Amino acid sequence: MIPLAGDRRDAGGVVQEGDSVRGTARVKRGFAHMLKGGVVMDVTNAEQARIAEEAGAVSVMVLDKLPSDVRKAGGVARTAGVGAVREIMESVTIPVMAKCRIGHVYEAQVLAETDVDMIDESEVLTPADEARHIWKWDFTTPFVNGARSLPEALRRIEEGASMIRTKGEPGTGNVAEAITHIKKLNDGLRLARAIYDSEDRQEMMRLAREYRVSFDIIEKTARLGRLPVVNFAAGGIATPADAAYLMSLGCDGIFVGSGIFKSEDAANRARAVVLATTFWDQPDRVREAQEMIDERMSMPGLDAASMELRMQERGAAS
Amino acid sequence: MQGDVEENLGAARQALAEMNMSGEAVRVNTPSAVSAVDAIIIPGGESTTIGRLSMAGDTLAALRERLNSGMPALGICAGLILLSSQVYDRRMGATGQPLLGVLDVRLERNSFGRQRRSFEMDIDMEPLGITGFRGVFIRAPSVTAVSPEVEVLASVDGRIVAVRRGGIVGTSFHPEMSGNAALHRNLVDAARR
Repeated sequence: MIPLAGDRRDAGGVVQEGDSVRGTARVKRGFAHMLKGGVVMDVTNAEQARIAEEAGAVSVMVLDKLPSDVRKAGGVARTAGVGAVREIMESVTIPVMAKCRIGHVYEAQVLAETDVDMIDESEVLTPADEARHIWKWDFTTPFVNGARSLPEALRRIEEGASMIRTKGEPGTGNVAEAITHIKKLNDGLRLARAIYDSEDRQEMMRLAREYRVSFDIIEKTARLGRLPVVNFAAGGIATPADAAYLMSLGCDGIFVGSGIFKSEDAANRARAVVLATTFWDQPDRVREAQEMIDERMSMPGLDAASMELRMQERGAAS
Repeated sequence: MQGDVEENLGAARQALAEMNMSGEAVRVNTPSAVSAVDAIIIPGGESTTIGRLSMAGDTLAALRERLNSGMPALGICAGLILLSSQVYDRRMGATGQPLLGVLDVRLERNSFGRQRRSFEMDIDMEPLGITGFRGVFIRAPSVTAVSPEVEVLASVDGRIVAVRRGGIVGTSFHPEMSGNAALHRNLVDAARR
């Protein structure tokens, strides 16, 4: 287990029952550990969820609309309906996650009471509070949050996130942003590690202040040389090769949003992305996975210049 | 292939160090890697996924052959499911996933409920001489029936959570999350004998 940096004694989500205890950082972060090396797929209905499970997804993420449709529809994007979430939970045996708006404590409570396995406080939906994310320590259900850099990731972990996904730009089918952000995060980790090795505590303190995080979490993270929670890549992943490349950059697993169910070969593509994620370090298996898809059926995608809405910037300043 | 692989490699290295033994902990995901090891850990992950991935290669067949000829193993959570002979889900019934069948036990998936019901507590495994072991249960399965040759090592609220047959041990909980390498030492010890 990755050591429990940033754990809190006053976490409201911890429930003691006789000799057993629920909602501890270990139990919540442990859930994310079970997903490592796997693919979490965005779905909007039970049929898609079953296709994802059949393909070998480790979990499904429930949304009202896929990110590319959220982008097209405009307006306010909210959490999915309880009925839709429940129907999906009853259709598959793999864990089910669902998204709530950034800072929307009561959407999160509704999802926790619906008994989803993990809540994604997500920039794909319209933020309810740009300045304050949810205080996630008060939930027994674990949370995953997006981050574009080390400071953003550590701020989310200090609020109680049990898992991080490095943000790309959702709903674009363009992996460029995800690659940029995982590299930026890795740069941040290398810098922190170098400061740790130099034993310059004052410099570490300066970094903590610059990042707006505690000395404790930056120091523990620097010593580990990685995030203290499981970190997946997300945003714009459309092909097996996209997934394998992100795994090679040190990600623990992959979230695929629109890339699968906005393609025209969803079932094959889902299986192929799973294979490439598992066997990312075996070039022949990645080639085999890439052969399972037809590029003419990939989602068309968007380049950065044509994007009016940059979801990745939502909540990033807080 | 998927799940808590790194953490189990770490726990195995910790066990070797604590026993002052030289040895290597390596990742196994090909048939040739299966034939090269003295003992194996099948880590927790998502059992449906692991089942699907196992079907994609000959690794499962190679593994079954080694285990049937006496190689020690530690199967954790989804790994325990893979070792078992029968598995069902309370809602979905029989799951139809591929199994190794080397532990003749019947498993119930997600036996304690969804993630909100996941928990940790101290576990005693008297037959192994291990007590006060921090058991971390993540959407854990439990054993609902065992054949006579399978020994029960521990139970929680009347549900069986650890079993053994010869050198093969299976647990519902995650020893790699406990910081205690006792079960990994037990595996190294079985491999040495």
